[in-house]
Amino acid sequence: MSSPADMTSPAPASLPPGPVFDVAVIGGGVVGCAVARRFALAGAQVVLLEKGADILSGASKANSAILHTGFDAPPGSLELDLVKAGREEYLSIRDSLNLPLVHTTALVCAWTDAEAAALEGIAAQGQQNGIGGLALLTAAQARGRVPGLAGHLAAALAVEGEHVIDPWSAPLAYLTQAVALGAQVLTRCELLSGQFAGDWALLTSRGQIRARTVINCAGLFGDVVDQRLGCVPDFEIRPRKGQFVVLDKAAARHVPAILLPVPNEITKGIVVCPTAFGNVLVGPTAEEQDDRLRATVETETLRALLDHAARIVPDLKGIPVTAVYAGLRPASDKKPYRVYSRPQHRLITLGGIRSTGLSAALGLARHALDLYAAFGDVHVPPASVPAVSVPNLAETRERDWQRPDHGSIVCHCELVTRREIVAALNSPLPPGDFGGLRRRTRAAMGRCQGFYCTAALAELTAGRFATPLAVGPQGER
Amino acid sequence: MAGSRKTEMTDRDVLIIGGGPSGVAAGLELRRQGVTRVTLLDREPTLGGATRHCLHSPFGMREFGRVYIGAAYGRRLDREAAAAGLDVRTGHSVVSLGEEGVVTVTSARGVETLSARRVLVTTGAREMPRAARLLPGDRPVGILTTGALQAFVAFHGLMPFRRPLIVGSELVTQSAVLTCLTHGARPVAVVEAGPQALVRAPLGLFPGLMGIPFWRNTHITDIRGGSRVEAVTLLRDGQPVTVACDGVLLTGSFTPESALLLPTAQGVDPGTGGPAVDQSGRGRNPLYFAAGNVLRAVETGGWAFREGRAVGAALAADLRAGDPVAGPVIPVTHDDPVKLVMPSLLRRDSGMAAFRDFQVRFRHPASGVLSLEVDGREVWRRSGHWMPERRVLIPIPGVALMAERVHVRFR
Ligand SMILES: Cc1cc2nc3c(=O)[nH]c(=O)nc-3n(C[C@H](O)[C@H](O)[C@H](O)COP(=O)(O)OP(=O)(O)OC[C@H]3O[C@@H](n4cnc5c(N)ncnc54)[C@H](O)[C@@H]3O)c2cc1C
Ligand SMILES: Cc1cc2nc3c(=O)[nH]c(=O)nc-3n(C[C@H](O)[C@H](O)[C@H](O)COP(=O)(O)OP(=O)(O)OC[C@H]3O[C@@H](n4cnc5c(N)ncnc54)[C@H](O)[C@@H]3O)c2cc1C
Repeated sequence: MSSPADMTSPAPASLPPGPVFDVAVIGGGVVGCAVARRFALAGAQVVLLEKGADILSGASKANSAILHTGFDAPPGSLELDLVKAGREEYLSIRDSLNLPLVHTTALVCAWTDAEAAALEGIAAQGQQNGIGGLALLTAAQARGRVPGLAGHLAAALAVEGEHVIDPWSAPLAYLTQAVALGAQVLTRCELLSGQFAGDWALLTSRGQIRARTVINCAGLFGDVVDQRLGCVPDFEIRPRKGQFVVLDKAAARHVPAILLPVPNEITKGIVVCPTAFGNVLVGPTAEEQDDRLRATVETETLRALLDHAARIVPDLKGIPVTAVYAGLRPASDKKPYRVYSRPQHRLITLGGIRSTGLSAALGLARHALDLYAAFGDVHVPPASVPAVSVPNLAETRERDWQRPDHGSIVCHCELVTRREIVAALNSPLPPGDFGGLRRRTRAAMGRCQGFYCTAALAELTAGRFATPLAVGPQGER
Repeated sequence: MAGSRKTEMTDRDVLIIGGGPSGVAAGLELRRQGVTRVTLLDREPTLGGATRHCLHSPFGMREFGRVYIGAAYGRRLDREAAAAGLDVRTGHSVVSLGEEGVVTVTSARGVETLSARRVLVTTGAREMPRAARLLPGDRPVGILTTGALQAFVAFHGLMPFRRPLIVGSELVTQSAVLTCLTHGARPVAVVEAGPQALVRAPLGLFPGLMGIPFWRNTHITDIRGGSRVEAVTLLRDGQPVTVACDGVLLTGSFTPESALLLPTAQGVDPGTGGPAVDQSGRGRNPLYFAAGNVLRAVETGGWAFREGRAVGAALAADLRAGDPVAGPVIPVTHDDPVKLVMPSLLRRDSGMAAFRDFQVRFRHPASGVLSLEVDGREVWRRSGHWMPERRVLIPIPGVALMAERVHVRFR
């Protein structure tokens, strides 16, 4: 019988003295993953440091999964440019990486005459932003697309290009490609401090790492990491929490499009939106808080979200809840992205990537490489780029359970096969915790939330996670 | 998907989805009544359903004349099914139901579609997980239901925590406490949001007898834990209390496993959360029948077995009659705080009945008069103090089958 120690993955080894990396990326959120890929493609020796037990431990684990067009981004902003560039690159690489795209449209829904009046301004801004496929709709036209919209709809603005993606497989694919190109990924590795003397000596929780350039992609800790690197940060992170409810797949047929509210200054507002996994998501809220770590859900707020959804699409009333979650946006003291380059310190900071980072990540990565050009390092891009693809989790493409010889199903609700679990555990970027396994396979993410499969997963994952699912063998009777 | 899909054309009589007590009992009864081509599908590797992970008794007293622990009861079902000549296919997960009695299944062989003259849904019930309860706080590892805990212990010899807080006070809560105590975990407390235990005294005294505090009027206001549960804050009689623990064990609040039905045209009944059926166990779509806990949560294994047998008999009669029943349905409605009435439909020309009674349950404790009205005329009444999670039976009167409206009234 196994002992409790066997349940937990071994503590990460201290690092042996190693080479001087060209680039150290701090943070394995979607931005860090995209940056690691872009620099690896450019031929740089990359190391990525993530303090969590797995990548996507921060803001990137919980978002609305919308690939934005930028129609409502501030005109002329860096954010707009990078959302557009990021979206374009996603569309061009997604097939080769096996990433999904759910061809939803967004409807900005106006529920009052005042909101209806605002739609024209939003459409004009979208046009100014260079976004095509905008159309003002009457309530009847909107209902032609989403028949279940509530009776008090006043008007809507359709934005054809707003799509839904898989928010976890995308960054996983970016980083997997970086790893295939030789990048190193160190999890449970927190940057503690750094000294710059021509190149960087970084002190981490796993020992010292040397790198010529540092790219700070630390999300909710972007300002803290700048400080730890001895720079006075140019911004201050102000976490903004978003809570969500995920409805059962039975809701999907009622919500064929992304339903956005007319936004206000602070937030895009509460969205009712299909997911790539066949569910419907309701959220996020926008709640300022000081805590950068805790993203709690609150019963009353979740109830309010359910009520909200049923007001907009009455057929959603009574559809069971599959999951609830909350995420923290790495917002800052100002609205724009906080991107800074310090050539004299060979440090680039991609900070304050508030609420569009999933869409903009690939654009941010290109932008970082552009800024890096000024540092003068020259790399030779690899002669050939290894083919990399990640397992598909989306309902819009074939899943493993649909193929012969998958062995058996482990998670019945999300139809996750044993073969998929084993493949994830043996992948180049194996999950470091249960959340990581869920994000890679969808296991235990369904309506029963693990009633049927958690125990089987506990056994399959023994010795793999920093926080194991079982604390040990059962005791004596 | 096209390349891997196989369609198996058969003239199968009945396809049973779910091999727990109700599904197996129905299969045995169908065979006994001479229905030959019966296929029983279950997604698990063995039959038995929710009894498989119960390492405790009592199961089987009434149907097999002896007491089994749950796991052994499941093995008995396996043997009975084999002896009766049922076509049992385990490791077969049904993924969707078609309107014409064609179902899509995935198994080690990939995807296939199976068809039959009738489909019987016996997919059981499960406890409501944390998310559906909208519980507040962090979302760390260590929050699970009794069924999940029992699977850790029974199938894998593992324990997910050592000092859980237990939520609930239903019959299954005792299984939860026992499973902990006999497998090396010591619950820190059992909490119930309501003013009293949902099981009858003296069972309500059970945790106390085992030396575990039982707190009524207590609910969770926060769960804390970065990676594993560290503490839970409770509101106990209006006062906040924080208790250290390494897990939260959610017991009861069963809900029918009706995922397959939710997206179909017949949907689910808003009261039961399971398929609406008539007195024969037949759904709105007359090709579909249902039995056991999927009809309403939650009953014992023995009850599910008997219900399966009764619906099996009604189904055999339905097959003998030939064409599926087509006539109109009589809806059975109810007042608040009645939570559910099962069956929630009646059919005039239903054939053999499986249910002699309406099963009624309350949403919350209530005092008052419960009555049955047929076309506005009261045909049954009883006054009392009614508790949630307790079964109330109202005989289905013959006149109800001739009615336009049947209503369960509460005053
Ligand atoms: C509620 C919500 C909804 C959203 N919806 C959308 C949407 O629909 N579409 C969209 O495009 N965007 C959306 N976003 C925005 C998007 O999720 C974020 O912009 C993006 O995740 C930010 O990524 P990041 O990599 O900058 O930060 P993070 O994901 O926070 O990554 C930073 C990483 O750095 C690590 N780290 C921190 N400090 C250290 C250290 N000292 N050493 C090592 N590692 C460290 C952290 O653990 C973390 O993993 C949403 C965000 C939220 C919260
Ligand atoms: C923790 C716990 C303790 C209990 N303790 C007792 C006790 O002490 N005494 C007692 O009498 N009763 C007890 N019960 C209740 C008893 O187990 C149930 O009443 C009984 O198992 C219900 O039978 P059923 O046939 O309705 O459903 P289930 O037993 O739940 O069987 C349903 C079956 O359907 C299968 N299934 C579901 N969906 C699909 C699908 N899509 N495709 C294929 N197969 C599917 C499942 O795998 C399962 O095998 C307990 C239940 C639990 C959860």
